[in-house]
Amino acid sequence: MNWPRALLTDSGGFQMVSLLHLADITEKGVTFQSPVDGKPMLLTPEESIQIQNKIGADIIMALDDVVKTTITGPRIEEAMHRTLRWIDRCIAAHKRPHDQNLFGIVQGGLDPVLRDICVRGLVDRNLPGYAIGGLAGGEDKDSFWRVVAQCTATLPEDKPRYVMGVGYPLDIVVCSALGADMYDCVYPTRTARFGTAIVPEGVLKLKHKAMAEDTRPIDPTCACMVCKNYTRAYIHSLVTKDAMGSQLLSFHNLYYMMQLSRNLHSSIVQGKFPEFVCNFLQKMFPKGDIPEWVCNAMEVAEIDISSCCAPFRYIQATKVQSNLNEDEIQAV
Amino acid sequence: MKFVVKAWSNGGARAGILHLGTSTIDTPSLLLSTRKGLPHFISPDLLSCLPAPESRLLHVSPLHFLEGLSMKTISKIGGLHQLLGLHDHCFVAVPRDSIQCLPEANSTNKIGASFETPCGRLLIKPVEYMEMISSTRPELWATLADEVPAWVSDKRNKTSVDRTIKWLDECISISPASGAVFGAIVGGSSLEERRRCAQEVATRNVSGYWVGGLGLGESMDERPALLNAVIEALPEEKPRLICGLGLPEEILQGIAAGVDIFESTYVAQFAMYYHPTCLLTMLIAFTAIYRKDTTSIVEGCTCYTCRNHTRAYINHLLNVHEMLAQILLEIHNTHHFLGFFRLIRDAINAGRFEEFRREFVQRWR
Repeated sequence: MNWPRALLTDSGGFQMVSLLHLADITEKGVTFQSPVDGKPMLLTPEESIQIQNKIGADIIMALDDVVKTTITGPRIEEAMHRTLRWIDRCIAAHKRPHDQNLFGIVQGGLDPVLRDICVRGLVDRNLPGYAIGGLAGGEDKDSFWRVVAQCTATLPEDKPRYVMGVGYPLDIVVCSALGADMYDCVYPTRTARFGTAIVPEGVLKLKHKAMAEDTRPIDPTCACMVCKNYTRAYIHSLVTKDAMGSQLLSFHNLYYMMQLSRNLHSSIVQGKFPEFVCNFLQKMFPKGDIPEWVCNAMEVAEIDISSCCAPFRYIQATKVQSNLNEDEIQAV
Repeated sequence: MKFVVKAWSNGGARAGILHLGTSTIDTPSLLLSTRKGLPHFISPDLLSCLPAPESRLLHVSPLHFLEGLSMKTISKIGGLHQLLGLHDHCFVAVPRDSIQCLPEANSTNKIGASFETPCGRLLIKPVEYMEMISSTRPELWATLADEVPAWVSDKRNKTSVDRTIKWLDECISISPASGAVFGAIVGGSSLEERRRCAQEVATRNVSGYWVGGLGLGESMDERPALLNAVIEALPEEKPRLICGLGLPEEILQGIAAGVDIFESTYVAQFAMYYHPTCLLTMLIAFTAIYRKDTTSIVEGCTCYTCRNHTRAYINHLLNVHEMLAQILLEIHNTHHFLGFFRLIRDAINAGRFEEFRREFVQRWR
């Protein structure tokens, strides 16, 4: 790849389960259909680590037994215990512990008891970092933040916490408030390919007819190459029709996410994190209609966002907003 | 626009200098093909990795914008430079884009030129075309032509010449203050009609000439005579631009006849269909033999792709359908093709163009 900077590889587990048919998980490993020739293949913890050792990334992930959070029942407990048994196999198979950092992944569904057992088990193994897995799979936001909060409260303070599959800017801000450090998500580039830009107010759908005459940049506050040089109208003419449209939007969206990370970091370092959060929420919810789950999470995180909430907000019962990327942006 | 011929070699081939916009370009030169003004895959921030200034001439078909962007909006934004965020580049507007906006001679009539485009068949009237030109504000633009394929009847061919000249006069009369006009010359595969058209256009007040209607069915053997019939009637000191000659061999034909600027879809075709090109060797397809090949596409090539990536990596990208493959290939192919033009200019300056051409064709075949 000729990439001189940091690299992280995933174990392959999630991709197999989410992208392929007939994935069958046993104690040995994950059996799946090869996408090349349809033949059954088995990915074991040992093999996953071996492949990751060869690729040589700086951070590698343990092979875990992933279940969807929307599933209930004994399968979740089984997966959590298996994840712990597999971490030992991963550790044993890891041939390059001095150049590659093996992160364990906390599973346990939405059950705090199971999550706690898993956290303790992984912390006992004294790994270089810990991921919070099994989330970002369509579970309701109220359950989501509570799992993250529980994990960040019990995982070691001096090791990175990586919330896998997150995500939307709002989710990242909340998880960061709760003490998470690292994230990964397909969202910025995937939504770009569908013609959607990430902006401070939420999203901007460039495909919309109104964009054809809009000569403003995607985000006037953004300093990226795309916002400095192109109008919404031009991007509109490209999206979903020309590869360049996907490229330019991906560029902007990734820049946005990196700027968000930078701002989170510097606001924490400067002791201005609560102001940053309020500012962020005000732009996204100008009417003060911040979702209840965000308010609850911020309360636990001890971040005062009352200045951004509409009055009597916390008294009313409200629907949880979980799909921000479906909101139409109105003319700013 | 200013153009000066500096050197000749073996007859028609000539090297010159074109001053266009803020650029000084050595000719013969290549127009890079674009889609709505930007390359197909090379993002604007990577354009600087292409050799300059020869990579700064961009071919734009105004018809591309009809799919989703009104001329009024383009005008409001300020024209192509503002629209595309490319301030160091020069835009050459020619409606025909030999991949996606092809002239549809059967539907062209006295009212306008018909093109087959991604948004259907469009009939473009001279006045509409001139609105596009004044909104987009290219540095150079060709007048609207009635291009016909080689197999049309003599009558149809003659009509195309009459029409093209009429539209040329219309375009010039509506012409905006800025932008150099190139008069369109057609004539199909008839030597007399080609000559007649060229002679007529030579009397008009234009900055240069656009040779149209080629690459539409005439054979490579027929072409030199047609080119000569046109070029002989044109003044030497004005530049000649041609579209529709794709292959390197065809470019050499055009140069031998005295053409200065070329629009070629060679690079775009290959980037879109996944083939890197090495002009002096066989074309490489992304087959399994490259899976472990850790050499660059062309040894010694100084393009971004060859300096940074291996055949094995590009092979992998193609196999997993990653767009990065097309980006890297378009960079290499463009770089390589521009290098071809550089070799041509060197050969002309050294007085050995015909020799160069012979050697190349031998190795190419």
